[in-house]
Amino acid sequence: MSTLEIRDLHASVGNKKILHGVNLKISSGEVHAVMGPNGAGKSTLSAVVLGRKGYSISSGSVLLDGVEMLGLPTWQRAVAGLHLVLQYPTEVPGVMLNDVLSEALKGRGRDGDIARLDTLLKTEAARIHFDEKFLERPLNVDLSGGEKKRNETLQLSILKPLFVILDELDSGLDVDALRDCARRVMDATEQDGLGALVITHYSRVLAELRPSKIHILVKGRIVETGGPELADVLERDGYAAFTPEETVEEASTSDPMGLNLFP
Amino acid sequence: MPVLTPDAALSLGATWSQVRQSAHERATAASFPTTDEEIWRYSRIGELDLATFTVAETPTSITGLSDAVTVTQVSASAVALDPALTDLFSETTSSDLFNSLNLAHMDVIVISVARGVVASEPIIVTHTLNGEGNIYFPRLVIDAAENSEVTVVERFISNDGVRSLVVPVLDARAAQSARVRYLAINELGDKAWQIGEHHSQGHRDSDTLLATVALGGDYARVSTAARLLGQGSNTRQVALYFAGGTQMHDFRTLQEHAAPRTTSDLLFKGAVQDTAKSVYTGLIKIHNNAKGSVAYQTNRNLTLSHGAWAESVPNLEIETNDVKCSHASTVGPIDEDQLFYLESRGVNPDVAQRLVVLGFFDEVLAQLPVGNLATSLRQQVANKLSIGVGA
Repeated sequence: MSTLEIRDLHASVGNKKILHGVNLKISSGEVHAVMGPNGAGKSTLSAVVLGRKGYSISSGSVLLDGVEMLGLPTWQRAVAGLHLVLQYPTEVPGVMLNDVLSEALKGRGRDGDIARLDTLLKTEAARIHFDEKFLERPLNVDLSGGEKKRNETLQLSILKPLFVILDELDSGLDVDALRDCARRVMDATEQDGLGALVITHYSRVLAELRPSKIHILVKGRIVETGGPELADVLERDGYAAFTPEETVEEASTSDPMGLNLFP
Repeated sequence: MPVLTPDAALSLGATWSQVRQSAHERATAASFPTTDEEIWRYSRIGELDLATFTVAETPTSITGLSDAVTVTQVSASAVALDPALTDLFSETTSSDLFNSLNLAHMDVIVISVARGVVASEPIIVTHTLNGEGNIYFPRLVIDAAENSEVTVVERFISNDGVRSLVVPVLDARAAQSARVRYLAINELGDKAWQIGEHHSQGHRDSDTLLATVALGGDYARVSTAARLLGQGSNTRQVALYFAGGTQMHDFRTLQEHAAPRTTSDLLFKGAVQDTAKSVYTGLIKIHNNAKGSVAYQTNRNLTLSHGAWAESVPNLEIETNDVKCSHASTVGPIDEDQLFYLESRGVNPDVAQRLVVLGFFDEVLAQLPVGNLATSLRQQVANKLSIGVGA
């Protein structure tokens, strides 16, 4: 049993403070959702946990089984067991999927999986209806939005991290692709004990990825944590219900936050 | 040292000697270039002192010959030439110093493919240029007759530490519907200089490819000009260049459309590391009779070290409206998002950078005319990368 714990995390981009003390704890096999409106800090949270450049962290901790991840380079966090499924997977011209996975597995000392990587790729590709011809393409190059997310899910299934952050998995996904990707993630939580942190704006994805806990992130703080029923509240009332009082007025004039989120 | 004086040339009594003689006269009359001239801007021409070099015959070996092709070698010391070949030089009146010097001193290789013949084996021409203080003038002529096909690879090799200068000229002619593929590979040593030219002429419905891979040399320059003279002709120019240490690679390109419905596509990709430099300047020139033509020009450069420098200057000169043209040029470090993506899979940064750089070049390697060479060239690029060495 592993745990990923985010403690009092404060982070900024340039002079702008985005995260104002985020607390969250997730264990193996669990699915948690972090939901929030635009600008709440959702993408910042995923970037900071993986150590992307361009963010400064003023205080807090990201602990994987009690080991501090902040300060480690991104690749070491990944090798330690953290994984990020990107909202917009990057195209890397000329770099082949199997080369990247070989190197990634090498860093984890999984020589056996390197030896049978071709078989693994084909098996996992079939499981999520990812056309085998895409295995021969450079990473994400000329893939549709749906194929890119299948490709991300494929990598997740081969690398088998302890925890994955799924950043807006549903953006750009049609219903079929969303179901394929989400079911593969759910299988991994049940079979491999994967812990999944689902970062999302909309509740649509939660019909497939069934979280046991939902955290509402507004203006860089988790303002509410509850069970799946929170999604229903959001569906009905929007984020306005969770917006801190002193900011409601501002939100209603400058930014229609919480309105028309679920048309 | 085989220098043709006007008297000696006349005594040979052939048009062949007249070619050399007039070239010699033009070379003598030509002024030495300076970086004030646009075409030599950014170059290191000011460092060159021709008087410190001695003309030498080019040591060349050729493999891949077959009945499909006729290869004629005429060294600069030869006194006579098959009169049929003199036609290949009759129209050459360039006043350029290096082109004229090459004509005056050339060691000629003519590769001819007869009408309708397909030479399936690539012909590999290798120049091994290890004479200290030597200047070499190889000239390769590819003469592809109507509806023929040929692939030629020209390799330039020398050892590190050898100070030599090679002034090569490629002259590729594709007659109607002919397919000509050419690849130059610069594997010169770290003290070698190269000032070279590639010219192609494409006649009606022909297809030409001029490819360059430049890894070696201290200063290595190639001017490559693809001319589309017949309607429906098509040409591609591709290059991979990678300079390290204090090397400089220098490319000047021309895509000239002088007939209707012609297409040209250029893709030059380079990288510089350490304090190396590279220059790309390219021109698409479309004449007013070249209606319905399509031209693309792309130059991308990776600067892998803070001290490295790359320049990219694409240009268009279009005399008719009925064309489709695009040009793109970039100079910059490895994309941070690409690196983050690979690192977020657990790939260490050195390996990630190597993968991205090799991936960057793959687009060019995939277009080289000889597939199995691409593998070894890719390995040479990998070996040269200083990223991740000792990691």
